[in-house]
Amino acid sequence: MPTKTKTKAEIADIIKRIELISGENIYKCYQCGKCTAGCVMAGEMDISPYKVIRMIQLGLVEKALESESMWLCAACFACRERCPKEVDLSKIMEALRVIQVRDGKPLIEPEEVADEVIEEMPQQGIVSAFRKYN
Amino acid sequence: MKYSYFPGCTLHTQTKNFNDSIKITSSLLDIELEELKDWQCCGAVYPLTADSTMGLVSPYRSLQKAYEEGTDLVTVCSACYNVLKRTNFAVSNDAQIRKKLSEYMDVDEYAGESKVLHLLEAMRENKGFEKIKEKTINPLKDLRVAPYYGCLLLRPSEELKFDNPENPTIFEEFINSMGAIAVDFPNRIECCGAYVSITSKRKVKGATESILKSAAKRNADIIITSCPLCYHNLAKEQEQLVQSDYLFKPIPILYFTQLLALAFGIEVGSCGFESNRIDARPILKSKNLISGGDAL
Amino acid sequence: MKKIGVFVCWCGLNISSTVDVEKASEELKNYPGVFYADDYKYLCSDPGQELIKKTIVDNKLEGIVVAACSPNMHESTFRAAAEAAGLNPYRVEITNIREQASWVHSNKEDATAKAIQLIKSTVEKVKKSEDLFPQQIPLTKKVLVIGGGISGMTVALEVAEAGYPVILVEKEPQIGGNMAKLSETFPTLDCASCILTPKTAEVGRHSNITLMTNSEVIESTGYFGNFTVKVKRKPTFVDWKKCIGCMLCQEKCPKKTNSDFEHGMGKRKAISVAFPQAIPYRPIISEKECIYFKTGKCKICVKVCPVDCIEFEQEEKIIEENIGAIVVASGYDLLPKEELGEYGQGKYADVIDGMQFERIASASGPTEGVIKRPSDGKIPKSIVFIQCAGSRDNQKGRPYCSKICCMYTAKHAMLYKHQVHDGEATIFYMDIRAGGKGYEEFVQRAIEDDHVLYLRGRVARVYEEDGRLVVLGVDTLSGEQVRIEADLVVLATAVIPSIGAKALGQTLKVGTDTYGFFNEAHPKLKPVESMTKGVFLAGCAQAPRDIPETVSQATGAAAKVITMFSKNHLVSDPQVAKVNEKICVGCLLCKPICPYKAIEPEIVEVRVGCRAEKRQVATINKGLCQGCGACSVACRSGAMNLSGFSNEQILEELKSLCL
Repeated sequence: MPTKTKTKAEIADIIKRIELISGENIYKCYQCGKCTAGCVMAGEMDISPYKVIRMIQLGLVEKALESESMWLCAACFACRERCPKEVDLSKIMEALRVIQVRDGKPLIEPEEVADEVIEEMPQQGIVSAFRKYN
Repeated sequence: MKYSYFPGCTLHTQTKNFNDSIKITSSLLDIELEELKDWQCCGAVYPLTADSTMGLVSPYRSLQKAYEEGTDLVTVCSACYNVLKRTNFAVSNDAQIRKKLSEYMDVDEYAGESKVLHLLEAMRENKGFEKIKEKTINPLKDLRVAPYYGCLLLRPSEELKFDNPENPTIFEEFINSMGAIAVDFPNRIECCGAYVSITSKRKVKGATESILKSAAKRNADIIITSCPLCYHNLAKEQEQLVQSDYLFKPIPILYFTQLLALAFGIEVGSCGFESNRIDARPILKSKNLISGGDAL
Repeated sequence: MKKIGVFVCWCGLNISSTVDVEKASEELKNYPGVFYADDYKYLCSDPGQELIKKTIVDNKLEGIVVAACSPNMHESTFRAAAEAAGLNPYRVEITNIREQASWVHSNKEDATAKAIQLIKSTVEKVKKSEDLFPQQIPLTKKVLVIGGGISGMTVALEVAEAGYPVILVEKEPQIGGNMAKLSETFPTLDCASCILTPKTAEVGRHSNITLMTNSEVIESTGYFGNFTVKVKRKPTFVDWKKCIGCMLCQEKCPKKTNSDFEHGMGKRKAISVAFPQAIPYRPIISEKECIYFKTGKCKICVKVCPVDCIEFEQEEKIIEENIGAIVVASGYDLLPKEELGEYGQGKYADVIDGMQFERIASASGPTEGVIKRPSDGKIPKSIVFIQCAGSRDNQKGRPYCSKICCMYTAKHAMLYKHQVHDGEATIFYMDIRAGGKGYEEFVQRAIEDDHVLYLRGRVARVYEEDGRLVVLGVDTLSGEQVRIEADLVVLATAVIPSIGAKALGQTLKVGTDTYGFFNEAHPKLKPVESMTKGVFLAGCAQAPRDIPETVSQATGAAAKVITMFSKNHLVSDPQVAKVNEKICVGCLLCKPICPYKAIEPEIVEVRVGCRAEKRQVATINKGLCQGCGACSVACRSGAMNLSGFSNEQILEELKSLCL
């Protein structure tokens, strides 16, 4: 079944939610791409970090939310450290994750994680992953 | 100097060798660490949401306790450090958050009076690097050590103020004070992919591989870190790399205090080398830093 | 009681959309003392002014209130109108109901109430107004120009040509400023020295210009038309009058050191002249590096000098000059690379800034114009240029555009490609700002003819690997991350005010903005005037700009000076402090408080009862006084009063607002 396209009001509402959750003004970004230039995960993302913000600015929030990019953001803060406009992209990525999680679409469920991973991974890593993904 | 000590969950379980080496070495540097009573997990990641303060409850509790003890709080795990220090920054700068947390937890308002210090910072504050120089009885001569900072110690620098975020030097100072050679490798400040590895090992490959190759290119004998997750990702990646790239020689990864224990001449059996994922003892032996009998 | 008129301006919709102007004028009609009140669409228009004039004459008004925009805008307009109608202009007061009511409020009712309150309080002030008359003050027709770069030289030459004496002070030993360091200039690619040296030579020989290089202005007192400045002339350790410029001393001096003029790209001797076309062509000894100053031995320069002009014992001199106007042309510096951690923080020899590139591209530079990289002197096969390095960057505290980088970077890439045809020139840019005559065409030439690769995006990091520089960037047009290995990286670092500009601003009592650029009196209409009367601005001291714009603005500043000097005396504002000698006790508490040093003691004869007695009172120098009112606040006996803002007037205003 094709997904129903969101109305203008619904989109505006999501943008507002993103701004509220992240505490960031998404319109500050001027797409210089410095975040992406220094992002170690950008190569794996389907939508580059600077484009994620652009999508939100353009109201293409569904695309941003459906993208894999926010799940690949490792919250290493390199973007935030270098952003000339002092936009904290890590918080915007978090907002996208949080919206999905709060809307009942977490990335992982505990039972899906292989025993071997749980065995090997430090506790800190497991806790981090579940804080970000579920 | 006396501090409250927050070991964090990983140091208490999986990486006891890290914890043990911290305890042995810090006391020799006049850094007295007293484990915080009833500490709880810090949450591992600093919550990046502006609309919820729930994630700050647990770190706030630890900070508040350290304050009650009248001490600054020392932690070593990079993740704990990042969370605790950022929480401390938030409560010292945001009266609203502070009020909300103290009211919710029904405790006296705490406004960031205690400092949060990484063990390296505690060393810096207590002339630790000079003391290391004095107390090193087994100088790590000719050992090329690559300091892997990762992200959580350095960023966001505005809140952590740990070191220069692009060109840090504290690990180098630490390495030099033990008589070893600090290897300057560009990827020392880049992220290892962190928790992303839980879902997709393949996706963090780029990040981990470039760190390892960057260190290898500069002929590092050892990589040191203070983050168990970085440790895990870098070690895990090496298991793959030795399979796929026959030119790649594994580089042992150590927690930085393990190396300090060695420099202090602590019995090799107590340095926790046997629990490391990649055995560092052969390379240490080849540099005559441990004797054959001791090591194997 | 005085007959007062009130005029409420609509300012089109600017005021009337938020303030009910009709209600305001209606209400003021019934206010005590108001003889006439009305509102009008545009009071500043000709018919508006005519209305004011006619009303004054017809009703024999003795004071008026115009409720309109800021007095900064039209106070002089309305005062002139009143004067034409025979009313002393200082009996006209403005109530600012635009910036202070309509523009800052949204609720019409509240804004109207506030506007009415403000107008009423102004009426109270006007009730206490008095006739005031401006005075003539003398004028010294001599200008001080601070900075000997292209802007300062332009001002100096224009004013000197108009026949007035000029003192040109430059902190470096030679004039020419930053332009003297440039290779070629955009968009014509003509050599910078070729167009600059005729100017420096003319400045050097002009009979109306007194050149003071190696000097700094350290103090400025006085006022508009009558400044006294002190200039510190630093020792050169060479008697320049005797010196014939043979430069044997420079040739034989055994001590080599880094040249500031070459920005670390080349060396100089401890006794040296910065470059072959320097004006004045006279050497100076650098105390820091000279062997004699360090060890007491050497003196080779003394031995070789044919005219015996080395003077190790020379000391700095302070010179005092009386002048009428000051032009600040202190120029710019570049943001130090050390502030850019992500680009190596200055630790890589082959990461250089734009000015360093100019030096290695300059025919008179250390490489004689052959573009070689500093670390090993090799010709770079690949150069990456990074624009906006520190500019348009809030995080670095420089959110502004440095304006010149887009063009000079295109020029750099072009110069390089003209030398190294198979070399790769890549430019990271954010926007190409090429708004100038022939500028866009120039950039397109670089792209189309010289195949300079423009990548739209910022660079996150630069680091060294295997003797080359790794540049991690992005091309946001394709969305691709970009990793380039380069032999040389050129940072177009932000243009910042010349180091020391802020201190100079304090010396001259001229304000600077957050970044240290000098503030103009009005961003559009008074771009060459500072907020301090008699002090003008030229060139990059005010904001980043290129050579053509600098020359235009400097010519404008010169015109302002010439206009000022074309009169035989100046007219002073009568709104200055006034002493009531009868009650002044001569305590002089006001003297140290006065920021303009306008108060001095004086012995006067005062009548007390039926006899005369001599005593000390404070007097005001009406030229120096700027009407700030600090003295009137400090005066314990209430003898000090500010004309136009008297204690009485202000109290009446406050009473009306607060009681």
